[in-house]
Amino acid sequence: MYETSDLRKNLKILLDDDPYIVIESQFVKPGKGVAFTRTKLRNMLTGNVINRTFRSGEKIGRADLQEQRLQFLYADDMYHFMNTETYDQLEISEDFLDDDRLYLTETLEVDILFFNMKPIGITLPIFIEGEVTETEPGIKGDTAQGATKPAKISSGAKVMVPLFVNEGDWIKVDTRSREYIERVKR
Amino acid sequence: MNLLGRRHTLLKAIRSFLDDLGYVEVETPCLVPATVPETHIDLFEVKDGLLLAASPEPHMKRLLAGGCERIYQITRAFRAGERGRWHNPEFTILEWYRAGAGHLDLMEETEALLTVLCAAAQREAPPIVRMTVDDAFERWAGWKPSRAWDEERFMRDMVERVEPRLAGLGSVFLHDYPAAAASLARLSPANPEVCERFELYVDGIEIANAFSELTDPAEQRRRLDEANEKREAQGRPAYPVDKPFIEALEDGLPPCAGIAIGVDRLVAVLLDLDGIDEAMAFPWPGR
Repeated sequence: MYETSDLRKNLKILLDDDPYIVIESQFVKPGKGVAFTRTKLRNMLTGNVINRTFRSGEKIGRADLQEQRLQFLYADDMYHFMNTETYDQLEISEDFLDDDRLYLTETLEVDILFFNMKPIGITLPIFIEGEVTETEPGIKGDTAQGATKPAKISSGAKVMVPLFVNEGDWIKVDTRSREYIERVKR
Repeated sequence: MNLLGRRHTLLKAIRSFLDDLGYVEVETPCLVPATVPETHIDLFEVKDGLLLAASPEPHMKRLLAGGCERIYQITRAFRAGERGRWHNPEFTILEWYRAGAGHLDLMEETEALLTVLCAAAQREAPPIVRMTVDDAFERWAGWKPSRAWDEERFMRDMVERVEPRLAGLGSVFLHDYPAAAASLARLSPANPEVCERFELYVDGIEIANAFSELTDPAEQRRRLDEANEKREAQGRPAYPVDKPFIEALEDGLPPCAGIAIGVDRLVAVLLDLDGIDEAMAFPWPGR
Protein backbone atom coordinates (compact mmCIF):
# COMPACT_ATOMS: atom_id res chain seq x y z
CA MET A 1 0.00 0.00 0.00
CA TYR A 2 1.07 3.59 -0.57
CA GLU A 3 0.87 6.46 1.93
CA THR A 4 -0.53 9.85 0.89
CA SER A 5 3.02 11.22 1.02
CA ASP A 6 3.90 8.81 -1.84
CA LEU A 7 1.41 10.53 -4.15
CA ARG A 8 3.67 12.14 -6.74
CA LYS A 9 3.25 12.80 -10.40
CA ASN A 10 3.35 9.57 -12.47
CA LEU A 11 2.70 7.24 -9.50
CA LYS A 12 0.34 4.45 -10.52
CA ILE A 13 -2.31 3.51 -8.00
CA LEU A 14 -5.38 1.28 -7.71
CA LEU A 15 -8.69 2.98 -7.00
CA ASP A 16 -12.11 1.31 -7.17
CA ASP A 17 -10.45 -1.64 -8.96
CA ASP A 18 -9.05 0.48 -11.79
CA PRO A 19 -5.46 1.56 -12.35
CA TYR A 20 -4.87 5.33 -12.22
CA ILE A 21 -1.84 7.47 -12.88
CA VAL A 22 -1.26 10.62 -10.82
CA ILE A 23 -1.18 13.70 -13.08
CA GLU A 24 -1.00 16.31 -10.32
CA SER A 25 -0.83 16.18 -6.55
CA GLN A 26 -0.86 18.91 -3.94
CA PHE A 27 -0.35 18.75 -0.20
CA VAL A 28 -2.96 20.89 1.57
CA LYS A 29 -3.59 21.46 5.25
CA PRO A 30 -6.24 23.94 6.33
CA GLY A 31 -5.41 25.91 9.47
CA LYS A 32 -5.39 23.74 12.62
CA GLY A 33 -6.72 20.91 10.48
CA VAL A 34 -5.74 17.53 9.15
CA ALA A 35 -3.57 17.24 6.06
CA PHE A 36 -4.96 16.16 2.71
CA THR A 37 -3.44 15.46 -0.66
CA ARG A 38 -5.52 16.74 -3.55
CA THR A 39 -4.88 14.84 -6.75
CA LYS A 40 -5.83 14.78 -10.37
CA LEU A 41 -5.81 11.19 -11.62
CA ARG A 42 -6.14 9.60 -15.05
CA ASN A 43 -7.87 6.26 -15.35
CA MET A 44 -5.41 4.14 -17.33
CA LEU A 45 -8.20 2.03 -18.87
CA THR A 46 -10.68 4.72 -19.92
CA GLY A 47 -8.47 7.83 -20.05
CA ASN A 48 -11.00 9.70 -17.84
CA VAL A 49 -9.51 12.32 -15.55
CA ILE A 50 -10.91 12.68 -12.02
CA ASN A 51 -10.17 14.79 -8.93
CA ARG A 52 -9.71 12.93 -5.69
CA THR A 53 -8.73 14.18 -2.23
CA PHE A 54 -6.96 11.76 0.09
CA ARG A 55 -6.86 12.27 3.82
CA SER A 56 -3.49 12.00 5.50
CA GLY A 57 -3.11 8.47 6.88
CA GLU A 58 -5.30 6.92 4.20
CA LYS A 59 -3.76 3.85 2.54
CA ILE A 60 -3.78 3.68 -1.22
CA GLY A 61 -3.60 0.49 -3.26
CA ARG A 62 -0.86 -0.28 -5.74
CA ALA A 63 -1.96 -1.10 -9.26
CA ASP A 64 -0.75 -4.53 -10.35
CA LEU A 65 1.07 -3.24 -13.41
CA GLN A 66 3.87 -4.92 -15.27
CA GLU A 67 5.80 -3.83 -18.28
CA GLN A 68 7.31 -6.29 -20.72
CA ARG A 69 9.58 -5.62 -23.66
CA LEU A 70 8.21 -7.49 -26.65
CA GLN A 71 9.36 -7.77 -30.24
CA PHE A 72 6.98 -7.06 -33.09
CA LEU A 73 6.74 -10.10 -35.40
CA TYR A 74 4.10 -9.48 -38.07
CA ALA A 75 0.57 -8.31 -38.65
CA ASP A 76 -2.38 -10.13 -40.23
CA ASP A 77 -5.81 -9.30 -38.88
CA MET A 78 -4.03 -9.04 -35.52
CA TYR A 79 -0.62 -7.69 -34.48
CA HIS A 80 1.73 -10.35 -33.18
CA PHE A 81 4.46 -9.79 -30.59
CA MET A 82 6.93 -12.12 -28.88
CA ASN A 83 8.90 -12.12 -25.66
CA THR A 84 12.40 -12.86 -26.93
CA GLU A 85 13.40 -14.54 -23.67
CA THR A 86 10.43 -16.82 -23.06
CA TYR A 87 9.23 -16.97 -26.71
CA ASP A 88 5.70 -16.35 -25.40
CA GLN A 89 3.58 -14.73 -28.05
CA LEU A 90 0.91 -12.10 -27.72
CA GLU A 91 -1.78 -10.90 -30.13
CA ILE A 92 -3.02 -7.35 -30.01
CA SER A 93 -5.86 -5.81 -31.99
CA GLU A 94 -5.54 -2.92 -34.42
CA ASP A 95 -7.99 -0.85 -32.35
CA PHE A 96 -5.86 -1.16 -29.25
CA LEU A 97 -2.69 -0.05 -31.02
CA ASP A 98 -4.39 2.89 -32.71
CA ASP A 99 -1.84 5.11 -34.52
CA ASP A 100 1.09 3.38 -32.87
CA ARG A 101 0.68 0.45 -35.31
CA LEU A 102 1.90 2.73 -38.12
CA TYR A 103 5.37 2.77 -36.56
CA LEU A 104 5.77 -0.99 -36.09
CA THR A 105 8.51 -2.43 -38.23
CA GLU A 106 9.64 -6.05 -38.07
CA THR A 107 11.81 -6.84 -35.02
CA LEU A 108 11.02 -3.46 -33.41
CA GLU A 109 11.00 -3.79 -29.63
CA VAL A 110 8.19 -2.08 -27.73
CA ASP A 111 7.21 -1.88 -24.07
CA ILE A 112 3.75 -3.24 -23.34
CA LEU A 113 2.04 -2.44 -20.06
CA PHE A 114 -0.11 -5.13 -18.44
CA PHE A 115 -2.78 -4.64 -15.78
CA ASN A 116 -3.94 -7.89 -14.15
CA MET A 117 -2.15 -9.71 -17.00
CA LYS A 118 -4.10 -7.83 -19.70
CA PRO A 119 -2.27 -5.42 -22.03
CA ILE A 120 -3.44 -1.84 -21.46
CA GLY A 121 -0.76 0.29 -23.06
CA ILE A 122 2.15 0.35 -25.46
CA THR A 123 5.24 2.54 -25.48
CA LEU A 124 7.21 2.78 -28.70
CA PRO A 125 10.94 3.42 -28.70
CA ILE A 126 11.52 7.17 -28.82
CA PHE A 127 13.19 6.91 -32.21
CA ILE A 128 12.38 4.51 -35.02
CA GLU A 129 13.87 4.24 -38.49
CA GLY A 130 11.80 3.64 -41.60
CA GLU A 131 12.23 3.53 -45.35
CA VAL A 132 10.39 6.18 -47.33
CA THR A 133 8.02 4.35 -49.66
CA GLU A 134 6.01 7.27 -51.02
CA THR A 135 6.88 10.92 -51.53
CA GLU A 136 7.12 13.42 -54.38
CA PRO A 137 10.54 13.53 -56.03
CA GLY A 138 13.14 15.60 -54.26
CA ILE A 139 14.11 19.01 -55.55
CA LYS A 140 17.83 19.07 -56.03
CA GLY A 141 19.60 22.10 -54.74
CA ASP A 142 16.52 23.35 -52.96
CA THR A 143 17.65 25.59 -50.18
CA ALA A 144 14.32 26.83 -48.83
CA GLN A 145 14.70 26.58 -45.08
CA GLY A 146 12.09 24.56 -43.27
CA ALA A 147 10.06 23.63 -46.33
CA THR A 148 8.51 20.17 -46.05
CA LYS A 149 6.37 17.69 -47.98
CA PRO A 150 4.38 14.61 -46.97
CA ALA A 151 5.99 11.18 -47.08
CA LYS A 152 4.96 7.68 -46.07
CA ILE A 153 7.30 5.16 -44.47
CA SER A 154 7.19 1.40 -44.90
CA SER A 155 5.32 0.77 -41.65
CA GLY A 156 2.54 3.08 -42.83
CA ALA A 157 3.04 6.32 -40.91
CA LYS A 158 2.85 9.66 -42.67
CA VAL A 159 5.68 12.05 -41.81
CA MET A 160 6.48 15.56 -43.03
CA VAL A 161 10.00 15.50 -44.45
CA PRO A 162 12.35 18.10 -45.97
CA LEU A 163 12.18 18.52 -49.72
CA PHE A 164 15.50 16.72 -50.35
CA VAL A 165 14.23 13.35 -49.05
CA ASN A 166 13.51 10.75 -51.77
CA GLU A 167 11.73 7.43 -51.98
CA GLY A 168 14.11 4.70 -50.85
CA ASP A 169 15.83 6.96 -48.29
CA TRP A 170 15.81 5.86 -44.65
CA ILE A 171 14.75 8.41 -42.08
CA LYS A 172 14.69 8.65 -38.30
CA VAL A 173 11.37 9.65 -36.67
CA ASP A 174 10.60 10.78 -33.11
CA THR A 175 7.58 8.71 -32.05
CA ARG A 176 6.56 11.18 -29.34
CA SER A 177 6.12 14.16 -31.65
CA ARG A 178 5.69 12.00 -34.79
CA GLU A 179 8.27 14.26 -36.42
CA TYR A 180 11.12 13.70 -38.85
CA ILE A 181 14.55 13.96 -37.21
CA GLU A 182 17.12 13.18 -39.90
CA ARG A 183 18.05 11.06 -42.88
CA VAL A 184 20.03 7.94 -41.93
CA LYS A 185 22.39 5.68 -43.91
CA ARG A 186 21.49 2.00 -44.27
CA MET B 1 15.91 43.51 -7.54
CA ASN B 2 16.38 39.81 -6.90
CA LEU B 3 13.97 37.72 -4.84
CA LEU B 4 16.02 37.75 -1.66
CA GLY B 5 16.26 41.52 -1.88
CA ARG B 6 12.49 41.82 -2.33
CA ARG B 7 11.91 39.46 0.60
CA HIS B 8 14.20 41.62 2.71
CA THR B 9 12.21 44.72 1.74
CA LEU B 10 8.99 43.07 2.93
CA LEU B 11 10.55 41.90 6.22
CA LYS B 12 11.84 45.40 6.88
CA ALA B 13 8.36 46.79 6.18
CA ILE B 14 6.80 44.31 8.64
CA ARG B 15 9.25 45.27 11.39
CA SER B 16 8.88 48.97 10.82
CA PHE B 17 5.05 48.69 10.77
CA LEU B 18 5.00 46.91 14.14
CA ASP B 19 7.78 49.06 15.62
CA ASP B 20 5.74 52.16 14.79
CA LEU B 21 2.74 50.74 16.65
CA GLY B 22 4.88 50.34 19.75
CA TYR B 23 5.43 46.59 19.51
CA VAL B 24 8.66 45.22 20.98
CA GLU B 25 10.49 42.51 19.08
CA VAL B 26 11.23 39.55 21.35
CA GLU B 27 13.01 36.23 21.01
CA THR B 28 11.92 32.92 22.53
CA PRO B 29 13.36 29.38 22.35
CA CYS B 30 13.01 27.12 19.33
CA LEU B 31 14.27 24.13 21.30
CA VAL B 32 11.69 23.30 23.98
CA PRO B 33 10.94 20.52 26.50
CA ALA B 34 7.14 20.82 26.23
CA THR B 35 4.50 22.39 24.03
CA VAL B 36 0.82 23.21 23.52
CA PRO B 37 -0.19 19.98 21.75
CA GLU B 38 -2.40 20.26 18.69
CA THR B 39 -4.23 17.31 17.19
CA HIS B 40 -2.91 17.79 13.69
CA ILE B 41 0.57 19.24 14.18
CA ASP B 42 3.45 16.78 14.44
CA LEU B 43 6.69 17.98 16.00
CA PHE B 44 10.31 17.13 15.38
CA GLU B 45 11.73 15.37 18.41
CA VAL B 46 15.44 15.88 18.92
CA LYS B 47 17.84 14.51 21.53
CA ASP B 48 16.97 14.12 25.21
CA GLY B 49 13.23 14.58 24.78
CA LEU B 50 13.57 18.10 23.42
CA LEU B 51 11.23 19.28 20.70
CA LEU B 52 11.49 21.91 17.98
CA ALA B 53 8.77 24.48 18.60
CA ALA B 54 5.87 24.57 16.14
CA SER B 55 5.14 28.14 17.22
CA PRO B 56 6.45 30.67 19.76
CA GLU B 57 2.91 31.09 21.11
CA PRO B 58 3.26 29.61 24.64
CA HIS B 59 6.41 31.60 25.41
CA MET B 60 4.97 34.82 24.04
CA LYS B 61 1.88 34.40 26.20
CA ARG B 62 4.15 33.88 29.20
CA LEU B 63 5.69 37.26 28.40
CA LEU B 64 2.19 38.80 28.26
CA ALA B 65 1.33 37.26 31.62
CA GLY B 66 4.57 38.78 32.89
CA GLY B 67 3.47 42.27 31.92
CA CYS B 68 4.54 42.81 28.30
CA GLU B 69 1.75 44.58 26.44
CA ARG B 70 2.73 44.62 22.78
CA ILE B 71 5.23 42.07 21.50
CA TYR B 72 6.14 40.52 18.17
CA GLN B 73 8.56 37.96 16.90
CA ILE B 74 9.84 36.73 13.56
CA THR B 75 11.30 33.29 14.10
CA ARG B 76 11.54 29.76 12.78
CA ALA B 77 8.78 27.22 13.34
CA PHE B 78 9.07 23.49 12.68
CA ARG B 79 6.30 21.08 11.68
CA ALA B 80 7.09 17.51 10.76
CA GLY B 81 5.63 15.96 7.65
CA GLU B 82 4.38 19.22 6.15
CA ARG B 83 5.80 19.55 2.67
CA GLY B 84 4.09 20.82 -0.43
CA ARG B 85 3.73 23.80 -2.70
CA TRP B 86 2.73 25.95 0.30
CA HIS B 87 4.46 24.03 3.10
CA ASN B 88 8.04 23.60 4.21
CA PRO B 89 8.82 21.70 7.45
CA GLU B 90 10.94 24.63 8.65
CA PHE B 91 9.44 28.04 7.96
CA THR B 92 9.47 31.64 9.12
CA ILE B 93 6.59 32.67 11.33
CA LEU B 94 5.54 36.17 12.40
CA GLU B 95 3.48 36.41 15.57
CA TRP B 96 2.30 39.45 17.45
CA TYR B 97 0.26 39.82 20.62
CA ARG B 98 -1.51 42.78 22.15
CA ALA B 99 -2.81 42.96 25.68
CA GLY B 100 -6.27 44.47 26.07
CA ALA B 101 -7.15 43.81 22.44
CA GLY B 102 -9.60 41.44 20.74
CA HIS B 103 -9.43 39.63 17.43
CA LEU B 104 -11.28 42.44 15.66
CA ASP B 105 -8.52 44.87 16.64
CA LEU B 106 -6.01 42.52 15.06
CA MET B 107 -8.15 42.28 11.94
CA GLU B 108 -7.74 46.04 11.57
CA GLU B 109 -4.00 45.89 12.17
CA THR B 110 -3.63 43.02 9.73
CA GLU B 111 -5.50 44.92 7.05
CA ALA B 112 -3.27 47.94 7.62
CA LEU B 113 -0.15 45.76 7.47
CA LEU B 114 -1.32 44.17 4.24
CA THR B 115 -1.85 47.60 2.72
CA VAL B 116 1.69 48.63 3.70
CA LEU B 117 3.15 45.40 2.33
CA CYS B 118 1.25 45.63 -0.93
CA ALA B 119 2.72 49.09 -1.39
CA ALA B 120 6.19 47.72 -0.63
CA ALA B 121 5.61 44.95 -3.16
CA GLN B 122 4.30 47.52 -5.64
CA ARG B 123 0.92 45.89 -6.07
CA GLU B 124 -2.61 47.06 -5.47
CA ALA B 125 -4.16 46.39 -2.08
CA PRO B 126 -7.77 45.37 -2.65
CA PRO B 127 -10.26 45.74 0.22
CA ILE B 128 -10.47 42.62 2.37
CA VAL B 129 -13.75 40.72 2.19
CA ARG B 130 -15.11 39.60 5.58
CA MET B 131 -17.09 36.39 5.69
CA THR B 132 -18.11 34.07 8.53
CA VAL B 133 -17.25 30.39 8.33
CA ASP B 134 -20.96 29.52 8.45
CA ASP B 135 -21.74 31.87 5.55
CA ALA B 136 -18.90 30.47 3.44
CA PHE B 137 -19.91 26.87 4.11
CA GLU B 138 -23.60 27.55 3.60
CA ARG B 139 -22.85 29.16 0.26
CA TRP B 140 -20.38 26.61 -1.12
CA ALA B 141 -20.88 23.41 0.86
CA GLY B 142 -24.56 23.62 1.82
CA TRP B 143 -24.32 23.37 5.62
CA LYS B 144 -23.51 25.36 8.76
CA PRO B 145 -20.61 23.82 10.66
CA SER B 146 -21.34 25.68 13.91
CA ARG B 147 -24.77 24.01 14.08
CA ALA B 148 -23.84 20.40 13.34
CA TRP B 149 -20.14 19.86 13.86
CA ASP B 150 -18.45 17.13 11.85
CA GLU B 151 -14.68 17.58 11.79
CA GLU B 152 -14.01 15.20 8.93
CA ARG B 153 -16.66 16.82 6.74
CA PHE B 154 -15.55 20.32 7.76
CA MET B 155 -11.93 19.73 6.78
CA ARG B 156 -12.78 17.98 3.52
CA ASP B 157 -15.28 20.65 2.46
CA MET B 158 -12.81 23.36 3.47
CA VAL B 159 -10.22 21.88 1.13
CA GLU B 160 -12.47 20.82 -1.73
CA ARG B 161 -15.22 23.43 -1.77
CA VAL B 162 -14.43 26.54 0.28
CA GLU B 163 -10.73 27.33 -0.18
CA PRO B 164 -10.91 27.03 -4.01
CA ARG B 165 -13.74 29.62 -4.01
CA LEU B 166 -11.84 31.97 -1.73
CA ALA B 167 -9.16 32.11 -4.40
CA GLY B 168 -11.49 34.16 -6.59
CA LEU B 169 -12.17 36.78 -3.92
CA GLY B 170 -8.70 38.30 -3.47
CA SER B 171 -8.14 38.86 0.24
CA VAL B 172 -10.64 37.38 2.70
CA PHE B 173 -10.99 37.37 6.47
CA LEU B 174 -12.76 34.12 7.29
CA HIS B 175 -14.03 34.54 10.85
CA ASP B 176 -16.25 33.14 13.60
CA TYR B 177 -14.95 29.56 13.46
CA PRO B 178 -17.13 26.87 15.05
CA ALA B 179 -16.49 26.41 18.77
CA ALA B 180 -15.17 22.92 18.07
CA ALA B 181 -12.39 24.44 15.92
CA ALA B 182 -11.44 27.03 18.52
CA SER B 183 -7.92 25.77 19.19
CA LEU B 184 -6.58 28.44 21.58
CA ALA B 185 -9.33 30.99 20.88
CA ARG B 186 -11.91 32.34 23.27
CA LEU B 187 -15.55 31.45 22.59
CA SER B 188 -17.64 34.38 21.47
CA PRO B 189 -19.50 35.81 24.49
CA ALA B 190 -22.42 36.74 22.22
CA ASN B 191 -22.66 33.32 20.56
CA PRO B 192 -20.79 30.44 22.21
CA GLU B 193 -21.39 28.24 19.16
CA VAL B 194 -18.53 30.12 17.52
CA CYS B 195 -15.15 31.38 18.67
CA GLU B 196 -13.23 34.61 18.21
CA ARG B 197 -10.87 33.30 15.58
CA PHE B 198 -10.15 34.50 12.05
CA GLU B 199 -7.93 33.49 9.21
CA LEU B 200 -6.65 35.66 6.38
CA TYR B 201 -6.67 34.18 2.89
CA VAL B 202 -4.94 35.92 0.01
CA ASP B 203 -5.70 34.50 -3.44
CA GLY B 204 -6.99 31.33 -1.77
CA ILE B 205 -3.81 30.78 0.24
CA GLU B 206 -4.11 30.73 4.02
CA ILE B 207 -1.77 33.41 5.35
CA ALA B 208 -2.71 34.15 8.95
CA ASN B 209 -4.54 32.71 11.93
CA ALA B 210 -5.65 34.91 14.83
CA PHE B 211 -7.50 34.59 18.10
CA SER B 212 -8.92 36.54 20.95
CA GLU B 213 -6.84 34.41 23.24
CA LEU B 214 -8.29 31.89 25.62
CA THR B 215 -7.22 33.00 29.11
CA ASP B 216 -9.06 30.39 31.23
CA PRO B 217 -6.38 27.94 32.49
CA ALA B 218 -8.80 25.07 33.23
CA GLU B 219 -10.41 25.28 29.80
CA GLN B 220 -6.98 25.60 28.20
CA ARG B 221 -5.71 22.50 30.02
CA ARG B 222 -8.84 20.59 29.02
CA ARG B 223 -8.34 21.42 25.32
CA LEU B 224 -4.67 20.45 25.39
CA ASP B 225 -5.43 17.12 27.10
CA GLU B 226 -8.16 16.50 24.56
CA ALA B 227 -5.71 17.15 21.70
CA ASN B 228 -3.29 14.64 23.23
CA GLU B 229 -6.08 12.06 23.65
CA LYS B 230 -7.07 12.46 20.00
CA ARG B 231 -3.44 12.08 18.97
CA GLU B 232 -3.05 8.87 20.92
CA ALA B 233 -6.33 7.52 19.54
CA GLN B 234 -4.85 8.04 16.07
CA GLY B 235 -1.67 6.21 17.04
CA ARG B 236 0.41 9.40 17.11
CA PRO B 237 2.58 10.49 20.04
CA ALA B 238 1.13 12.69 22.78
CA TYR B 239 3.39 15.63 23.73
CA PRO B 240 4.27 16.92 27.19
CA VAL B 241 2.13 19.95 28.02
CA ASP B 242 3.99 23.21 28.67
CA LYS B 243 3.35 23.57 32.43
CA PRO B 244 4.86 27.06 32.87
CA PHE B 245 2.45 28.18 30.14
CA ILE B 246 -0.55 26.80 32.08
CA GLU B 247 0.86 28.38 35.26
CA ALA B 248 1.13 31.71 33.48
CA LEU B 249 -2.57 31.47 32.66
CA GLU B 250 -3.27 30.62 36.31
CA ASP B 251 -1.26 33.66 37.41
CA GLY B 252 -3.37 35.72 35.07
CA LEU B 253 -3.04 36.26 31.33
CA PRO B 254 -4.65 39.63 30.57
CA PRO B 255 -7.35 39.70 27.90
CA CYS B 256 -5.35 39.76 24.68
CA ALA B 257 -5.31 38.83 21.03
CA GLY B 258 -2.61 37.30 18.92
CA ILE B 259 -1.91 36.42 15.32
CA ALA B 260 0.46 34.11 13.47
CA ILE B 261 1.47 34.69 9.86
CA GLY B 262 3.39 32.37 7.57
CA VAL B 263 6.03 34.78 6.30
CA ASP B 264 7.33 32.67 3.40
CA ARG B 265 3.81 32.22 2.10
CA LEU B 266 3.01 35.89 2.52
CA VAL B 267 6.14 36.83 0.59
CA ALA B 268 5.31 34.30 -2.14
CA VAL B 269 1.75 35.55 -2.49
CA LEU B 270 2.68 39.25 -2.48
CA LEU B 271 5.39 38.69 -5.09
CA ASP B 272 3.17 36.45 -7.24
CA LEU B 273 5.52 33.49 -6.85
CA ASP B 274 4.50 29.97 -7.72
CA GLY B 275 4.90 28.56 -4.21
CA ILE B 276 6.77 28.79 -0.96
CA ASP B 277 9.99 27.37 -2.44
CA GLU B 278 10.56 30.47 -4.54
CA ALA B 279 10.32 32.69 -1.46
CA MET B 280 13.12 30.95 0.43
CA ALA B 281 16.78 30.49 -0.39
CA PHE B 282 16.99 26.88 0.81
CA PRO B 283 13.70 25.00 0.63
CA TRP B 284 13.73 21.34 1.61
CA PRO B 285 14.60 19.02 -1.24
CA GLY B 286 11.71 17.18 -2.86
CA ARG B 287 8.16 18.43 -2.80
